[in-house]
Amino acid sequence: MKMKFQYIAILAFFTAGISCKKDNYKEPSSTLSGKVVYKGEAIGVENYQVPYQLYQFGFGKVGSIDGTFTQEGTYSALLFDGTYKLIIPNGQGPFKWKQLGSGAPDSTTVTLNGNQTLDIEVTPYYMIRVPNVTGGANKVTATFKAEKIITDVANAKDIERVTLYINKTQFVSGGNNIATKDLAGASIVDPNNISLNVTVPGIAPQTYVYARIGLKIAGVEDLIFSPVQKVTF
Amino acid sequence: MKKIFSITLFALLLVAGGCKKDSSFLDIPPISVLPNDVAFSDPALVLSILGDLYNRQVDFSSLDGDGWRSFADFSESFPSENGSSYIVQRTGWSYGEWSAWDYGYIRDLNLFIQRDSAATQLAAADKSRFLAEGRFLRANYYFEMVKRMGGVPLITSPLVYDYKGDATSLQVARAKESDVYDFVISEAEAIKNSLPADVNEKSRATKAAALAMEARAALYAASIAKYGAGTPQVSLPGNEVGIPASMASAYYTKALNAAKEIISSADGGNGSAGSYSLYKVLPDLADNFAAVFLDKSSVNQEAIFVEDFKAGAGKTHGFTTNDQPYSLSDEGGDAGRLDPSLNLVEAFEKLDNTYAPIATVDGSGNPIYYTHPQDIFAGRDARLLGTVMPPFDAASSYRFKGGIVDIWAGYLLGDGSIITSTEAGALKTLPGGAAPVQVVGKDGPINGLELRTQTGFYIRKWLDPTVGSGRRGRGSDVPFIRYRYSEVLLNAAEAAFELGQPAVAAGFMNKVRARAGLIVPLTAGEITFDRIVHERRVELAFEGHTLFDMKRWRLAHVVWDGTPTTLAGLKAGIGSATKRNTQPWGLWNYRYYNPGNPNDGKWIFREVLPANVTGSNRFQFGNYYSFIGDNIRAANPKIVKQPNQ
Repeated sequence: MKMKFQYIAILAFFTAGISCKKDNYKEPSSTLSGKVVYKGEAIGVENYQVPYQLYQFGFGKVGSIDGTFTQEGTYSALLFDGTYKLIIPNGQGPFKWKQLGSGAPDSTTVTLNGNQTLDIEVTPYYMIRVPNVTGGANKVTATFKAEKIITDVANAKDIERVTLYINKTQFVSGGNNIATKDLAGASIVDPNNISLNVTVPGIAPQTYVYARIGLKIAGVEDLIFSPVQKVTF
Repeated sequence: MKKIFSITLFALLLVAGGCKKDSSFLDIPPISVLPNDVAFSDPALVLSILGDLYNRQVDFSSLDGDGWRSFADFSESFPSENGSSYIVQRTGWSYGEWSAWDYGYIRDLNLFIQRDSAATQLAAADKSRFLAEGRFLRANYYFEMVKRMGGVPLITSPLVYDYKGDATSLQVARAKESDVYDFVISEAEAIKNSLPADVNEKSRATKAAALAMEARAALYAASIAKYGAGTPQVSLPGNEVGIPASMASAYYTKALNAAKEIISSADGGNGSAGSYSLYKVLPDLADNFAAVFLDKSSVNQEAIFVEDFKAGAGKTHGFTTNDQPYSLSDEGGDAGRLDPSLNLVEAFEKLDNTYAPIATVDGSGNPIYYTHPQDIFAGRDARLLGTVMPPFDAASSYRFKGGIVDIWAGYLLGDGSIITSTEAGALKTLPGGAAPVQVVGKDGPINGLELRTQTGFYIRKWLDPTVGSGRRGRGSDVPFIRYRYSEVLLNAAEAAFELGQPAVAAGFMNKVRARAGLIVPLTAGEITFDRIVHERRVELAFEGHTLFDMKRWRLAHVVWDGTPTTLAGLKAGIGSATKRNTQPWGLWNYRYYNPGNPNDGKWIFREVLPANVTGSNRFQFGNYYSFIGDNIRAANPKIVKQPNQ
């Protein structure tokens, strides 16, 4: 029995030895990461829903390397060193990305040589300012200010609605929630003082929820979100 | 010496004998391929070429292959097959979904058209009919592409490459979306009189098929023009996607006129394409509606253009095998995959033309007890029972293959607790009972138990009652109807409504509704956009229309907005075109067990979200027109990207 075991071990060793070959390429090792920001402040979006595209030229056919932003507006991509062009496709995200005269999205050139942090500057239609989420008596209450950033007549858009989302886990959005409270844009009396509250459904024994505020801009698909906050109720 | 002489002579003769002209040696007619002039000399040969082209048509939904899955989406149904649970667990569709870009097929059609035009030995009548059929198939495929991709390169003759290394001349830019629709409409107009006006010809192109295609295409173009104005994001500056709103009324007029050519004079049209009519044969209206899709005899004058099948002849499909009720299945381990949702079931209106949720509780929230499970569905549109198979018992006249389905979720005790099992048809002893009894139906519903219903409903539309049709080996030969008379009526109604003729619209729509038992006619004032959306949903459920209807009305991002469907949301706003429909709900029936109570043995119903439904449908602006592959765009840089992708 013992002999047999040794044979197997030797066989395995040689098999492993023969299989060893150098790879042609080293795996990509440079990380490009950063946040989507407005004047340095991160913009919260829905997880996996707002894409960006990276293009590298000079290798035959052109196709994009796709990625999406996280809830906090961060992104990261593991790439080979080289020169890339980064765009956010038209119609994506609760913000305006610079465009060329033809209407195609303009690109940002990224020269990657080792790890690099690059914050992507965009102009959101609105910003959620001073979000304050508190819990108590089986309710979660949020107050915040909606500041209109894009104000010129041609591009400005109205608020379609604001929504308070709560969820048991820290992924909070229109698709992932246990309760929501909507307020239509037309019903907002004072954009500088918006208050929403939602009753927490029974989720015992959990005594806390994650909450965030979403702002839906009329005619724009993606919502802009406040940071996720953990609140006990 | 003598020997050498003879050998030389022999060799010389041999060499000389081997001499032949290159042409007579190399140019021999092929024996495995028919040259074009031979193939296009005999109508039977041309028909066999055409048969291949017919077979390669693309439908959004079809009965063959794993066609059942093409029906099981958009929250109209639930897939009861664990390998397909992704349909209800995803939170949306990729941009590449539903794309169509088969220019190989277009090339073969163009070659067919070119060769048929050049044929010299065909009779003139055959030649022009074949040519018209080729053009019909080409227009139909362009229609299929424009529905999914928007404007595509319009190639109408076979392209030839000159092998000089420069393919620029073959790179064609995308046409405007309206140009492709115009092409489909003008082709239909050009060929309609070369095709037979024969109501019994259903699997080959006829005049009515061309007109039905024209009516549908014009209606699609018109509604994209009209409702696209509300979603300016979904357009491209070159109009490869998007149609200017000013073109809407011209398209609606074309749709109405084309539909009227099919509609018989009795129904308000001029019937120049053959004697088509609604199928009204069986006395039971639900059976009658189901038979529209089953009856292949000449009595069925409703089907206009079908994909036909023939059992025992190699062309059958597995729709019945996949979707038959488990307890009545012809084949062990194959059944019940396509389960219609409560969302769809409750959309069927009551006989007084009003909408109401399926009544599970009374006004004060107490459960309603029903003597028979079928009672809860009584007094509704007959198409409900013609389209879906709900739980029913022996007191009902409803049968499938003479049998009764066994759908019930368990016993509900007087104290509110439930006795059921995770095994279909399992036995347990009830409190106070002597012997074990069955506590759950053989057809479920049990969460996660595949091949039995998990919503409480099976599908009835397309389900073949023929003996043996549910076996894998035999298969079913129920035809898939691509165009039918009832849809033409609804197309005409919609076009008339949008053209400001609600009385005309009501006339067409009431014909369809009366056939379903809704004999109280709608007045002109009652015809609204919501009514039209609703009527198409219930009449044309499981026929491959849902996605394209929602796209052309630009409602897809509204009804599939990614927000989970709540119970309150499910029951509210039935009949509204913008009602949210993101998750398929079920309706589970429990038998009440409380000896001595007057309600003992009766049935109560509960709305249930099947446990496998964890995602919710989210249709993004980028889903309106399917992604054009990177390979296609790399090979032809003139192709512009779709909007919002």
